[in-house]
Amino acid sequence: MNGARILLESLKRAGAEVIFGYPGGQVLPIFDQLYDFDIKFILTRHEQGAAHAADGFSRATGKVGVCLATSGPGATNLVTGIANAYMDSIPMVAITGQVGTHLIGNDAFQEADVTGITRPITKHNFLVKDVRDLARTVAEAFYIASSGRPGPVLIDIPVDVQRAETEFIWPERIEIRSYQPTYSGHPGQIKKAAKLISSAKKPIIYAGGGIISSGAHILLRELAEKIQAPVTTTFMGLGSFPGTHKLSLGMLGMHGTAYANHATMESDLIIAIGARFDDRVTGRLDTFAPYAKVIHIDIDPSSISKNVRVDIPIVGDAKNILGPLINQIKKSPDTSAWLKTVEAWKKKHPLTYKHTGKFLKPQYILEQLWDLTKGDAVICTEVGQSQMWACQWYNYLTPRTFISSGGLGTMGFGFPAAIGAKVGRPEKEVFNIAGDGSIQMNIQELATCVANKINVKVLIFNNGFLGMVRQWQELFYKKRYSYTPITSPDYVKLAASYGALGILVTKKSEVRKALEKAIKTDNTVFIDFRIEPEENVWPMVPAGQAINKMIDGLA
Amino acid sequence: MRHTISVLVENKFGVLARIAGLFSARGYNIASLAVSETMDPTISYMTMVVEVKDEDVLEQIKKQLNKLIDVITVTDFTKREHIDRELVLAKINYAAKDKAKLEGIFDKFVGKIIHHKEGTAIIEAVGDTQQIKLLLDELSKFGIIKELVRTGKLAISN
Repeated sequence: MNGARILLESLKRAGAEVIFGYPGGQVLPIFDQLYDFDIKFILTRHEQGAAHAADGFSRATGKVGVCLATSGPGATNLVTGIANAYMDSIPMVAITGQVGTHLIGNDAFQEADVTGITRPITKHNFLVKDVRDLARTVAEAFYIASSGRPGPVLIDIPVDVQRAETEFIWPERIEIRSYQPTYSGHPGQIKKAAKLISSAKKPIIYAGGGIISSGAHILLRELAEKIQAPVTTTFMGLGSFPGTHKLSLGMLGMHGTAYANHATMESDLIIAIGARFDDRVTGRLDTFAPYAKVIHIDIDPSSISKNVRVDIPIVGDAKNILGPLINQIKKSPDTSAWLKTVEAWKKKHPLTYKHTGKFLKPQYILEQLWDLTKGDAVICTEVGQSQMWACQWYNYLTPRTFISSGGLGTMGFGFPAAIGAKVGRPEKEVFNIAGDGSIQMNIQELATCVANKINVKVLIFNNGFLGMVRQWQELFYKKRYSYTPITSPDYVKLAASYGALGILVTKKSEVRKALEKAIKTDNTVFIDFRIEPEENVWPMVPAGQAINKMIDGLA
Repeated sequence: MRHTISVLVENKFGVLARIAGLFSARGYNIASLAVSETMDPTISYMTMVVEVKDEDVLEQIKKQLNKLIDVITVTDFTKREHIDRELVLAKINYAAKDKAKLEGIFDKFVGKIIHHKEGTAIIEAVGDTQQIKLLLDELSKFGIIKELVRTGKLAISN
């Protein structure tokens, strides 16, 4: 069997259901095999789209996403997508073709040192120089990508290795002596944590993306209800705890709810689970949660005590730790007074917006979307204001229903990610909440949607600005709107020219009808919502401030 | 503060680049680095001296090193008994009249002449950080070091 065939057989054995990719000179043997191989292949219109689609597929399904590109520019076009998956700990395997082994290092046509380029943005990467190593490498790549703290793994395969023949031997067991993630938490630490929880008066649970990748959301709910602690989630943790639950405080941090930030700052115990205290969450570090002891549960030891000093670290998989932790808590703390305080903050500082002027309000559109779907949809987003509104104004009830670029903040992610999500969850309605800036970054994927009948609904919050940057210019740069006004094509005509449906919405009364029509339409739909040009995202913690020093233009 | 750590790694191409890349990407400083194969040819041993401002950074370095897939173990010698040595080769101006003076230095400190011709000599010295420092200070007073190469520290637990 040749290397190309071994690659595909290995991908199938490893559980890959679909490959997102793009052909090229140094992957011709692989594409020749794909011609009649039984695996789904989605041809995107840009390699970046393929990487984001694989990422979106992974986020929506929990399975390893796979993307494939040729050497040189094909591989470098994957780079943003790989970095994006890395920052958000998304399991993904990226496969790139490479020039023949005899040409490596020769500045050959379409050669790039892809393992070198991707070293800091992959969990691990491989250059396969011998076809006999190929099957085992694929098995190891899937194992590394999906175990421990997940992440992307790249396999670079020179074209002569794809052509070389050998026997196909699939390793049934993978053991890597230098890679042994810790899964079960230390019992002594769990016991200490349980004791600390029992004695807390103002506990708060701070839940992150680790809950989702671990599949620990049901245990999280059990813990919160047992100890009657409010739950705030990170951006990556949206969906890990039902947004409609009475203990839910929504998201914290820079554009989090005021009550989540106040509760975090006033708490006497933070139970951090699968979250990493990043700068968008903590604001100014030396002022963060001054009264709180911290229990930190995370599978990645390097996330613990990186930014915030931790009193009780527990390294392991949340799913394995929360069960024993819940059992160990003999006496639930009395949090009734604390919950009353939190409730008062909720009443005093709700998320709010005002219907003013003749333009649509993005918050209203999201409220209508919530009303129509009630959480039974996958919401993908681009990056910027539209993304933050999508965090605030829609309730995520279950894991993997919110798909967005967190750590890297990649504009152009949402649309291809929505394609991947729809491929992975065809039974779900998949929306992409976009701005007029972001949607123009990977708009070519409209062709992918239409050609493959991948029906996603793109809601463009069109304000004629790169809105989030404009907001910062308004607040911190004296309204000097330097290159943030941006033009758009006619999205209705654009959609039509690709064979999709475009709808223009300018009036509040048309919002719901348009959304209903989009849901009913058996095609990809672009809705061009003309929203208030200078609407801001509130509340907001200015960069480098304590997170309870929020500003709110409406308050 | 300087700390000595050793890292056992898979002896594969690219591993050194992974470690060097980790240090540069996260802004850690390597003061010295020595790498070689072990008795097991599939494993390499690295001894590195890192310069950090506090213990937290040292902790992060160890954790980040451990996170690399090809790293097998990380040992921190800060609070561990160990022996460390460094090898230094120094090229000096050398005239016959210096002989007694130099021998006086070598009596008090480490070092010996291993080669000399046409007015230059090469000195070899093996010692711990302090011994090497004292020797080099002494030789500098002499004002004759023309060239200096050093291996960086090697450490082994005892």
